[in-house]
Amino acid sequence: MSVLLIAEHNNKELKPFTLNVINAATQIDEDVHVLLMGHSADAVAKSISEVSGVKKVIHVDNPTYENYLAENYVPVILNLAQNYNHIVSAANTFGKNLMPRVAAKLDTSQVSDIIKVISADTFLRPIYAGNAFATVKSNDSKKCITVRPTSFDPAPSSGGSAEIVKGESAEAFSPTKFVKKEEIKSDRPELGTARVVISGGRGMQSGDNFKLITAIADKLNAAIGASRAAVDAGYITNDHQVGQTGKVVVPDLYIAVGISGAIQHLAGMKESKVIVAINKDGEAPIFSVADYGLEADLFEALPQFLEELNKLNTIQK
Amino acid sequence: MKILVAVKRVIDYNVQIRVKEDNSGVVTDNVKMSTNPPDDNAIEEAVKIKEAGKAKEIVAITIGDDKAQETVRKALAVGADRGIHVKADGIVEPLAVSKILKAVVEKEKPDLVFMGKQAIDDDCNQTGQMLAALLDWPQATFASKIEVSEKSLTVTREVDEGLETIEVNIPAIVTCDLRLNEPRYASLPNIMKAKKKPLDLMTASDLGIDTKPRIEQIKVEEPPKRKAGIKVSNVAELVNKLKNEAKVI
Repeated sequence: MSVLLIAEHNNKELKPFTLNVINAATQIDEDVHVLLMGHSADAVAKSISEVSGVKKVIHVDNPTYENYLAENYVPVILNLAQNYNHIVSAANTFGKNLMPRVAAKLDTSQVSDIIKVISADTFLRPIYAGNAFATVKSNDSKKCITVRPTSFDPAPSSGGSAEIVKGESAEAFSPTKFVKKEEIKSDRPELGTARVVISGGRGMQSGDNFKLITAIADKLNAAIGASRAAVDAGYITNDHQVGQTGKVVVPDLYIAVGISGAIQHLAGMKESKVIVAINKDGEAPIFSVADYGLEADLFEALPQFLEELNKLNTIQK
Repeated sequence: MKILVAVKRVIDYNVQIRVKEDNSGVVTDNVKMSTNPPDDNAIEEAVKIKEAGKAKEIVAITIGDDKAQETVRKALAVGADRGIHVKADGIVEPLAVSKILKAVVEKEKPDLVFMGKQAIDDDCNQTGQMLAALLDWPQATFASKIEVSEKSLTVTREVDEGLETIEVNIPAIVTCDLRLNEPRYASLPNIMKAKKKPLDLMTASDLGIDTKPRIEQIKVEEPPKRKAGIKVSNVAELVNKLKNEAKVI
């Protein structure tokens, strides 16, 4: 049997993480069908049909689905579920909200946030914010799975030629109403998906001093993070918090400034590809995970860092 | 209005997790345990709603072994009126937890059920949504702001792209984000008073729920260790390494 994958989109374009999930799905089973629920999203249906590895696109078009609500998506998925062994989506706020509502209706114990497909029923997933990895086997006949997108490469967005079929709508769930979505309009990339993240800790000493970090973030097109200590001290708002109780980030480059490296912070960033630590305490635990450690006073190092970046002819964006 | 708040006892977020030598799980003996952090936000929000005169009763519930009761006592110490401890040993998966909570909801008939968005031990992020599914109630997940009206809630949700606002009719499930509020500390007199508040004990089988795990945990391992890095002597060397060796800038 096949895999049913729930696409995330905004009716205009597919959310890029869906491509990563498609890649993970093809590792479970070659027959991957993508369910697209939206309104006037024909262009999205077409783009999914072209993704390498997708065998079929089921397009459900109804004004009810213009804005995503799990309560409205679930009955449509349940109507299709009998044809599938696996139901899959991204382990981001979209899929995390959706999949357990599907799983409970199917009386299935969901496997959340997989980072590796070992076989069609066995998966690797992080627990304790990545401080341990669990290999788990699902014994339910239907498997509901969410996939950590950053653990899989995106499937190529071309090369496929899947058929697009129309799917059936279901009754809307009237007790829940969508009101509005406010996308954070920032010139800076989102913390969760940024290629570069620069974070400050208690060593910053004040909120005002974060301007040293902002200047470098501007230069590197980086998102700005912070340790819990910096948030608790009021230097920066908690939507910047990286760590077990904040956001888990996996950028190509993570720069930790004035962060000692408490366990709960390390849990949120230690899977980053390259880690830089700048700290005046040479014994700070952050150095044990850093690829490049600089033992220095950050108030001297950060202006120098900016100066050195300004000397470069090109900087990757 | 009556609010049921579910809390879970987990390894404290500041404790270094150690994997058992036989790879059967993580070490929990003699390890500091606490209430799951966002569950504290759930209790706090319920207490604030009661303080605003919009709720009459807060019932705190936990599911777990004998010691799990500590989390209910803590909830009672910060303002819950009554506690329920459903005894269950070993791993209780979110699906089983949500079935237990459904059975309790049917008895207690709360108007709202609050809990943290995710437990920091298994990181599943499932229970609230599953309970909403089993009850056919609306689900307001990852809540960072809740406005209570007579028959509905307006909830601001933390989503990847920013903030989303939804309106849910009561009864409803809300899962709480850390940004929802600043949980208060229990004062010593309130901790003492909490010991006298009523706490019902029951077992999962009393409620007719099978908690046998459906997912087999084959092994638990340490994550791969990072290769030891190097120390650079100055900023120029750092930038040079990032540009020419790591090729990330």
